[in-house]
Amino acid sequence: MDTWTFGWTLALIGMGGTMLVLWLISVMILLIRKIFPYQAEPSAAKKG
Amino acid sequence: MESALVSGLQGLFAGVLNITIWQIVMIAIALVLLYLGIKKGYEPLLLVPIGFGAILVNIPLADMMGKEGFLRFFYDAGVLTEVFPLLIFIGIGAMTDFQPLLQNPKIILLGAAGQFGIFLTLLLALALGFDKLDAVAVAVIGACDGPTAIYVSSKFAPHMLGAVSVAAYSYMSLVPLIQPPIMRALTTEKERQIVMGAAKLEPISKTTKIVFPIAVTIFASILAPKGAPLIGTVMLGNLLRESGVVERLKSASENEIANIVTLLLGLCIGATMEADKFLKAQTLLILGLGFIAISLDTVVGLLFGKLMCFMTGGKVNPLIGAAGISAFPMAARVVQAEGQKYNKKSYLLMHAMSANAGGQIGSVIAAAVMLSVLQGMGIVPG
Repeated sequence: MDTWTFGWTLALIGMGGTMLVLWLISVMILLIRKIFPYQAEPSAAKKG
Repeated sequence: MESALVSGLQGLFAGVLNITIWQIVMIAIALVLLYLGIKKGYEPLLLVPIGFGAILVNIPLADMMGKEGFLRFFYDAGVLTEVFPLLIFIGIGAMTDFQPLLQNPKIILLGAAGQFGIFLTLLLALALGFDKLDAVAVAVIGACDGPTAIYVSSKFAPHMLGAVSVAAYSYMSLVPLIQPPIMRALTTEKERQIVMGAAKLEPISKTTKIVFPIAVTIFASILAPKGAPLIGTVMLGNLLRESGVVERLKSASENEIANIVTLLLGLCIGATMEADKFLKAQTLLILGLGFIAISLDTVVGLLFGKLMCFMTGGKVNPLIGAAGISAFPMAARVVQAEGQKYNKKSYLLMHAMSANAGGQIGSVIAAAVMLSVLQGMGIVPG
């Protein structure tokens, strides 16, 4: 593989791949938050 | 008797007689590193052992990196095996609070944009004639993350480890000087004055904090298996922190282990700075490209911030884009300080911290993606 094919392939897939993986992680965070929502501590809830 | 005396004296002064001008130059460079670390406070935890290691390895006839040299032992055991940077990653994971990111996950995209400097610098390095894997090692300085740079360069270009590590840590400590001029050049005064609403800081459940490192490890490692050691160690450290049941392990990871490994890693990096290997025109190129890499990270981060500003109708201050790098929490503090200069009512810190935490994950993911693509292209063995 010549140098420029290597460079452009790695740069384009690298940038796109990084963006895609991080976007998927952000979606995953939203899902985890939905599945495990914050609930106030029982003692705090009672006080309120 | 006379000849015995001469031989004895020659033995005593052998070091003086054998020192080269280049070793003296390297010792001077090592002293500069020590000065920057001790007097100026630039990444002293790394620059002090690096500087000292560089002195030791340039002492004539001491043979510290020889077959049975004391530094060679640690270098072979910890750097060539890539164990040292990975142990540091466990400590980083244990020290990092990902809560700002969990509260504001969309900001993680700034952490992706903040890594683009890596890939753009790769093209520059190739244009300047670096070999493919050498170019990868230089480009990864743009991860703005010392252990990632060390991990990748020790894997692909161990002969450049010294220059790459010194560049990575030096520029990381210079983020407060490098970023502000770029911020001012790429944003308008009006943009810099944007007040971002108080982040919707929904509280995050403890279960979410525990599930996050496990889920990221499984998910990201399956997508980029070659990066599993990087992702896995950061997330292991974070799990130790968030689980709340292994306080001793968490404490050891962020203190004893991280401290011992930092010391040995620094010494080993210094040990790669032998005069004949370090004093080359290529080292200057590496230092120059490292600077460009970190500047490009900032440029792309800011441009992405401007895009977010446009898409949200001016609700996002583009300055937070500059925090999408891995220098945590320094980059976030720089953004906060810069925002305050133009609008005293502007508090960007929490938003910038989210971007900065995204940059920390982003640097590891970028390296993982890079390693997996290299494997896919057949450049490195599977």
